[in-house]
Amino acid sequence: MEGDIAQMGQFIGAGLASVGMGGAAVGVGNVVGNYLAGALRNPSAAGGQTATMFIGIAFAEALGIFSFLVALLLMFAV
Amino acid sequence: MATEAHGESEGLVFHPMDQFIIKPLAGDGPVGLFTITNVTLWMALTCLAVFALMVLGTSARSVIPGRLQSVAELAYGFIRKMVEDVAGKDALPYFPYIMTLFMFIVFANFLGLIPGSFTSTSHIGVTAVMAMMVFIGVTVLGFVKNGASFLSLFWISSAPLVLRPILALIEVISYFVRPVSHSIRLAGNMMAGHAVMKVFAAFAPLVLISTGVGLVVTPLSILAITAVYGLEVLVSFIQAYVFTILTCVYLKDALHPHH
Repeated sequence: MEGDIAQMGQFIGAGLASVGMGGAAVGVGNVVGNYLAGALRNPSAAGGQTATMFIGIAFAEALGIFSFLVALLLMFAV
Repeated sequence: MATEAHGESEGLVFHPMDQFIIKPLAGDGPVGLFTITNVTLWMALTCLAVFALMVLGTSARSVIPGRLQSVAELAYGFIRKMVEDVAGKDALPYFPYIMTLFMFIVFANFLGLIPGSFTSTSHIGVTAVMAMMVFIGVTVLGFVKNGASFLSLFWISSAPLVLRPILALIEVISYFVRPVSHSIRLAGNMMAGHAVMKVFAAFAPLVLISTGVGLVVTPLSILAITAVYGLEVLVSFIQAYVFTILTCVYLKDALHPHH
């Protein structure tokens, strides 16, 4: 295992950036869980709100993808 | 992309990011602006697949649709209903563009799932062009349709007057982040999913190297590849759907900017 301290910082930074993806997991789970809770209470209104759920998932997921991108940039672009 | 960061490591049989390397189809020359690369090949195959389904599949125009024709009709009805529900009836003139986007992305994603193939949508360059086209088109459309009152999209009149400048700043920033998140969401999802599959695929032949650990790791990773592949089929469709539905949302903002 060789390398300089900058490379070590790169790897540690990439690992730290990946932690952000856990936040996206919590966010997406929250969106879908709340959708399901609402859908089970009022199933007749559930069908019309699937599109809204996917938009919510997309917004929550985007920030996790950003942290994944930071990790990738640290690994391959810096 | 991943060229110098690996090579001497003996842990994995191949690097999971190797599949995203762009290389010319013929020879090993440099990749220029007009070089025919594997991205070109798989994007052309995507267009051919869309053509085969939507044009050849529906060419019979039978009253009782066959298999191909009913798939094409389902896709058409699905996207048309989405445009109508999310963006409104007056967004229907822009339906062909949204339909094109959806079919291209969904076929690019699904073709990328064929083992050994190349996912063109896993490259930010490809998705950024699509997202920028949507962004520029929607902005121009907003100004053409509403004139200067399109700017009321950023000026939320239902908020208290003190908050409005701050909200306007936030709205402007989030407006300009749209193409970034729009493109990176698709590319990141595709790249991450395929990288995960290749990580497990690299662990699978471990039984050939060491029979001790390999006997446990190899069956587990083969199972994991199967499970992740199933998830990826779902993600491929959902990401195409999300890209399309966000296009509809942005289009709705351009047509009806008043909150």
